[in-house]
Amino acid sequence: MTCREVVELMTDYLEGALSPADRDRFEQHLAGCEGCTAYLAELRKTLRVLGGLREVPIPGHLRRRLLAAFGDWRTSSRVTGGPDREQ
Amino acid sequence: MIALAHASYPWRRMVTARPDPELAAILGGDEAAFEELFKRYHGPLLRLATSYLGDRESAEDAVQETWLTCLKSIDRFQGRSSFKTWLFGILVNVARSRRRQRSRLLPFASLFGRDDSDSRRPAVDPDRFQADGRWTSAPDSWTDVPEDKLLGRETQAMVLVAIQALPAKQREVILLRDVAGWSAEETRTFLSISDANQRVRLHRARAAVRAALEEYLK
Repeated sequence: MTCREVVELMTDYLEGALSPADRDRFEQHLAGCEGCTAYLAELRKTLRVLGGLREVPIPGHLRRRLLAAFGDWRTSSRVTGGPDREQ
Repeated sequence: MIALAHASYPWRRMVTARPDPELAAILGGDEAAFEELFKRYHGPLLRLATSYLGDRESAEDAVQETWLTCLKSIDRFQGRSSFKTWLFGILVNVARSRRRQRSRLLPFASLFGRDDSDSRRPAVDPDRFQADGRWTSAPDSWTDVPEDKLLGRETQAMVLVAIQALPAKQREVILLRDVAGWSAEETRTFLSISDANQRVRLHRARAAVRAALEEYLK
């Protein structure tokens, strides 16, 4: 495998989608190649940056609006036998 | 054989199906549990809504409508998918219908952007390699980049711009997989795409974001 081929298999590798034979060849290449090892390290850092985008604070107005809507829903469902109907 | 067993004994499915704890939390009427849920999904919903609608304000609005719709129709939710998948499905519908309303105002050409996300062209710039396939300029692991810079707000803002610049098909996949943290299986089912296409889109999207980060961090 060349570096050019190896970088195109990075996602398959991380996803565990390579055949055992390809995974061995991939890892053999990586063991002897600083550039591809560095690329994989960068990709892993990229994933950490992306994961950092998951949490966004909820604006106060939205939180209040949704909790109020939830309260209304709960009240109206109780009347029609909603949330507690299973109990 | 299995299908037959289910047909003869419908209760089996009910017994073996794992109750969705998120659905149960809402139906139980517990406000704290509901708040916990909308905190958990606010970021992923907002990111996805932004990718469809562009600006933060419309996106927040779409997220609000998503939760209101969720509450309005939860009594009719059949539990055929997970609560999460159902919720995100509502968001996609809300965002799409808003885009349709808006598209009358947008230039016609924007509807026909080329999206070759599923092509097998190399995701990494061919100029990075010599004729024999080895690196011309090897990456450096970003060893000199401090953690607080890598994970800081400025870098995040740049990455959001890079995601927004991706073709729509890649954008959806990277947002669900790497931002929202969904599994490959959940993502592929939600988007009704093959396992292979899910992976190709993810690969191209990750390669593009990595390249944008490399450019930004150097």
